[in-house]
Amino acid sequence: MDYSQFFNMIPEAGLIAVLVIVFLADLILKGEKKHSVLSLLTGALFICQTALCFYAEPASVFGGCYESTQAANVMKIILTAGAFIVLVMSQSWLERADVKNKEGEYYELIISTLLGMYVMISSGHFLMFFLGLEMASVPMACLVAFDKFKKNSAEGAAKFILTATFSSGVMLYGISFIYGAVGTLYFGDVAAQISASPLTILGLVFFFSGLGFKISLVPFHFWTADTYQGAPTAVTGYLSVVSKGAAAFALMTILMKVFAPMVEYWEYLMYIVILLTITIANLFALRQKELKRFMAFSSISQAGYIMLAVIGNSAMGLTALMYYVLIYVAANMAVFTIINVVETRGNGNTKMNCYDGFYGTNPKLSFLMTLALFSLAGIPPFAGMFCKFFVFMAAAEQGSTLAYLVVFIALLNTVPSLYYYLKIVKCMYINQTETPLPTFKSDNNTRFALALCTIGILLFGVCSCVYDWLAQAAGM
Amino acid sequence: MVPVECYFVLSALLFFIGVYGFVTRRNLIAMLISIELVLNAVDINFAAFNRLLFPGEFEGFFMTLFSMGVSAAESAVAIAIIINVYRNFHSDQVNSIENMKY
Repeated sequence: MDYSQFFNMIPEAGLIAVLVIVFLADLILKGEKKHSVLSLLTGALFICQTALCFYAEPASVFGGCYESTQAANVMKIILTAGAFIVLVMSQSWLERADVKNKEGEYYELIISTLLGMYVMISSGHFLMFFLGLEMASVPMACLVAFDKFKKNSAEGAAKFILTATFSSGVMLYGISFIYGAVGTLYFGDVAAQISASPLTILGLVFFFSGLGFKISLVPFHFWTADTYQGAPTAVTGYLSVVSKGAAAFALMTILMKVFAPMVEYWEYLMYIVILLTITIANLFALRQKELKRFMAFSSISQAGYIMLAVIGNSAMGLTALMYYVLIYVAANMAVFTIINVVETRGNGNTKMNCYDGFYGTNPKLSFLMTLALFSLAGIPPFAGMFCKFFVFMAAAEQGSTLAYLVVFIALLNTVPSLYYYLKIVKCMYINQTETPLPTFKSDNNTRFALALCTIGILLFGVCSCVYDWLAQAAGM
Repeated sequence: MVPVECYFVLSALLFFIGVYGFVTRRNLIAMLISIELVLNAVDINFAAFNRLLFPGEFEGFFMTLFSMGVSAAESAVAIAIIINVYRNFHSDQVNSIENMKY
């Protein structure tokens, strides 16, 4: 066997090296300094890894099982940067006594999920794709269960692992039908031979519902709220941004590449799923009193918006999807960083009404939270507006009346979403309470994570070079 | 020789028994067993398609082998999590683990 092929998989090889180094460091380091050394080492390695991804070239390795495009490489940069922010923001949580001794495991699990996402988005074979998906979701269940002594964490993890395995079973069943119809599992060969028949349509629907579970589109979203609420806040951020972004990218490339001959079938599927996702998630988000649960429904509706890019079915759609994920990383991670710091400094409370009077005691944090929420809602000067715009444009470019209708309803749905994001802003600025959260000084890690996110929110929208870079990678 | 259809009827039956069990069972371990049924249905499908429709190739067999390995890893993690649930809630019934709702 020719092992030199591994050199064409630079991001994966680099990430495996990071995993091994962190694992050995976790094993060797002892004593007082372990926490600071380990976290610094992991952070430095992640920065190197992000830089390494810039050098990755498009490659087709192992007879086409692994196919890395320019767009996938750019997506890997975005995912690695997102995971880096998660690592930085989780530092304040990792200082807690019962988690501190498991710090190394936390890093290793994050890295192995990231490796799974890498494999998933640059696969050229259904087996490789399945392995990547499982590598991303099985360690993720361990991360959700990381707060071992909390009931909610255990409950969320049980719901997550059961739905994840069930959905991967359903997805595999779909893939088996596609295999039966065309006799191959390579993406390129399947695309060349597939045609719409009852068997392949059944396969497509099963396959789509399996991935729909991962992205938490609406008929398959029941695990989302409980898992997001139960998981440790840093993990919730990771789940809602990085893992969802990777799955959305993978779904789009597969629908565009493999199921291209069946486009008239999956388009209708997408229309219905998108409308349901955005509308139902918004309605549920309106009534939430718990901030993490609220963010879960908000992220379901954002997933619906991301899926709008898939309707575009073009390089422009792919660009819009990557751009959306990039900005969503910045905005959502900012919100979760603040939830995390309030949870660790406060009394572990994530209720919405505990943010009453937050502006009076912590004006800076509440200002940053407002920026992030405005960006999520899509208010003009911030990046969130631009990414929504590009997603709508990509979907409208598709040109059919139905696509316009879907875009219009999605547009109407931004109104309730603005209402519920502003509800939190109202809590912080207007609501008064006898016992607001005490003033606290946030640590350097939190500040660093918030600074990164805020730069993203403010600059990614205004600097057109970001969009140009993504458009070039997507081959526009 | 067993007729071709039998394999696919068996696998479809297993799949839907698994789905039905996953939806109706109120016990975490029983739900896990139902999921294993679904995965076994997939394995039968792949092996039968490969053996009967595309003899001489191995893609379906490989998929079966990998899916068995992965499902073993999944059940290991799932059982670990269920044990953790049991320690926290002193029960593995779905009805008793509903701290979070709506």
